[in-house]
Amino acid sequence: MSRSNEIVNRAVRFGRTLRRAGVNVTSGQVMDFVQSVEHIDIGNRDIFREAGRACFVTTRDELPVFDRVFESFWRAKPEYANDQFTDPGDDMQPGMDGEADLDSEGEEGDEISPEQGTQQTKTRTELVESQELEAEGEEEEGDADDVLSFSAAEVLREKDFADLSEEEMQQTRRFMEKLEWRIGRRRSRRRVSARKGRFWDPRKTMRKSLQTGGIPMQISRRKTKTKPRQLVVICDVSGSMDRYSRILLQFVYAIEQGMANVESFVFGTRLTRVTRLLRNRSIDSAMERVAEQVHDWSGGTRIGQSLQKFNTTWARRVLRNGAVVLVISDGWDRGDPELLGQEMSRLQRSSYRMIWLNPLLGSPRYEPLTRGMQAAIPYIDDFMPVHNLASLEALAEHLGNIDDHRPVRRQQPLEFTEPKPRVA
Amino acid sequence: MQLNTVEQVQEAMQEEKYVSERSLATAIYLALQLPKPLLLEGEAGVGKTEVAKVLASTLGTDLIRLQCYEGLDVSHAVYEWNYPRQMLAIRLMEDRDVNDRQAMEQIFSSDYLIERPLLQAVQHKGKAPVLLIDEIDRADEEFEAFLLELLSDFQVTIPELGTIKAEYPPIVIITSNRTRELHDALKRRCLYHWIDYPNIQKELQIITQKVEGISERLALQVATFIHELRREDLYKLPGVAETLDWASALLALNHQELNEEIAGATLGAILKHQEDVHEIRSKRLGELVGAAASPSATGTPSES
Repeated sequence: MSRSNEIVNRAVRFGRTLRRAGVNVTSGQVMDFVQSVEHIDIGNRDIFREAGRACFVTTRDELPVFDRVFESFWRAKPEYANDQFTDPGDDMQPGMDGEADLDSEGEEGDEISPEQGTQQTKTRTELVESQELEAEGEEEEGDADDVLSFSAAEVLREKDFADLSEEEMQQTRRFMEKLEWRIGRRRSRRRVSARKGRFWDPRKTMRKSLQTGGIPMQISRRKTKTKPRQLVVICDVSGSMDRYSRILLQFVYAIEQGMANVESFVFGTRLTRVTRLLRNRSIDSAMERVAEQVHDWSGGTRIGQSLQKFNTTWARRVLRNGAVVLVISDGWDRGDPELLGQEMSRLQRSSYRMIWLNPLLGSPRYEPLTRGMQAAIPYIDDFMPVHNLASLEALAEHLGNIDDHRPVRRQQPLEFTEPKPRVA
Repeated sequence: MQLNTVEQVQEAMQEEKYVSERSLATAIYLALQLPKPLLLEGEAGVGKTEVAKVLASTLGTDLIRLQCYEGLDVSHAVYEWNYPRQMLAIRLMEDRDVNDRQAMEQIFSSDYLIERPLLQAVQHKGKAPVLLIDEIDRADEEFEAFLLELLSDFQVTIPELGTIKAEYPPIVIITSNRTRELHDALKRRCLYHWIDYPNIQKELQIITQKVEGISERLALQVATFIHELRREDLYKLPGVAETLDWASALLALNHQELNEEIAGATLGAILKHQEDVHEIRSKRLGELVGAAASPSATGTPSES
């Protein structure tokens, strides 16, 4: 309506576009930007850009990204003064549908329903986050600046990772960074204040009662606090995975950047932890470091042994409080399938959800017949493909929907007979 | 007891039947001298908690223990008001026409305060107590952050009463099983010591001191067996606590000699995973018992 409203709208959109491009933008920064616009001459493009930089950019790495987005978003003419916000094309990236759904659920209020999982529940303290979500979920605006046109994106989405050209690889990488990674939340043992919580808060109630002469007129309540689940990614980088491992490692990188609690490992013949190598680095230097540290890249595969190593040395340290485990592998194993079965069984029992991602599963003719895959299958909760962007989106949605329901698991008897069976 | 040198610490611990490596004694000595909290990490059952108990009895002071768990908060770790009593008091005061100010002072006095371990440690009278914060890795990050504040100046603030500062800052021992990484900020405030499995001789010493009535021969066999067992690929290696359990179990069954049958039957005292028990019982048991029974293994502690 008014000019200032218009600026707020545009600023929010600008912030969102920046966020998509990988700049870490908060709602607070957007508000800062709106306020600072009032104090500068918006006719002067340089000053306007500097103001934007000052508000949005927090590390040096983000500067070039900001400039690129700025140039294309605020076009040469200062149209922010009179632009009706009919942004070109509602033909958004297809990947955003899931978010819109999530958001509409999130607005349904404070009720905790255990069946729904608690991920949608929001507290006042999470306000900032929820505002962001709402912004994301709103009617999508066109990313006219996005390199991909709609149809090209559609093709790329369905294209198998193994067939990507170098340029498509780059586009895919950018696409991955934009995917919103969220994981289902678990209920913690901690409680936080909430107006309609399930539990009463004696301490707060008593303190408040002093204002009413010691009579507790108002009962303060608390509810269970939820925390995001731990995610553990174990990725196969052996020879048979060659066509996929590079892009999949970038995917692991993207997950690590996008989520708080991620531990990642890669294996060929032996297991290497790469969590620290991937974190807080640009993607190129991260990939370089992994290549330096992982010596069995593109070699043979010993899934069973690698998982055994994980189970004995790492499981206790990283599988806490209902972790979700992602194993990414095609199941070609040169080791002992019996060992693989045994370790998978153990891994499944110590994780909340055991997800196996197999790039070959994308092909309609694929059947998981290899001995390794056969040994592992009984212990997999979700068997999913990971061969193109569409499958990654499906995975992202799946992770976000992990709720309080454990998958049905049949107790698998251990596959060995005791040497001395006990006589009843 | 005077603890003025590392040797004295080691001897004092020895008197309490705790066999300590010199490195551990050094860490304890420094923790007392500096003074700084001591963070002990190690596999389950290597005697981390025991250090605090032994230290308390050596120093002739009280041990205050806080067992950590997820969701541990101020009301369980520091203090809590006794709400039922407070409510009752308010009801009674209504009849007696007490003015608001007096009422408040009364119901928020120490009479109505429930002291939890951390407040007890801060308020301890007469002598510095040993404060054991056990299995900190089970607590969540929120509690860890709270602990930082306490460890830096040993004071507790209760809004209704004011700040209570420790007259005798407690000697703090923190243990962790390393099921997760602790925050660097916490580690920075502590001295750190990793307690490893003892070598054969130390373990033998521990067994003979802790298990009464065990023969030198059986103790040696047990120590050797366990020592060899720890080289296997197992999900959970047996700790010292398991060794002692097992030695006591063998003694209770009146066995003065280790053989394959009795070892197989009592394996549950040292191995707690079905896969581990199966692995050892079906494949390696004979060999391990053989190694433990043969005298040649006794003179090779250098392999540790």
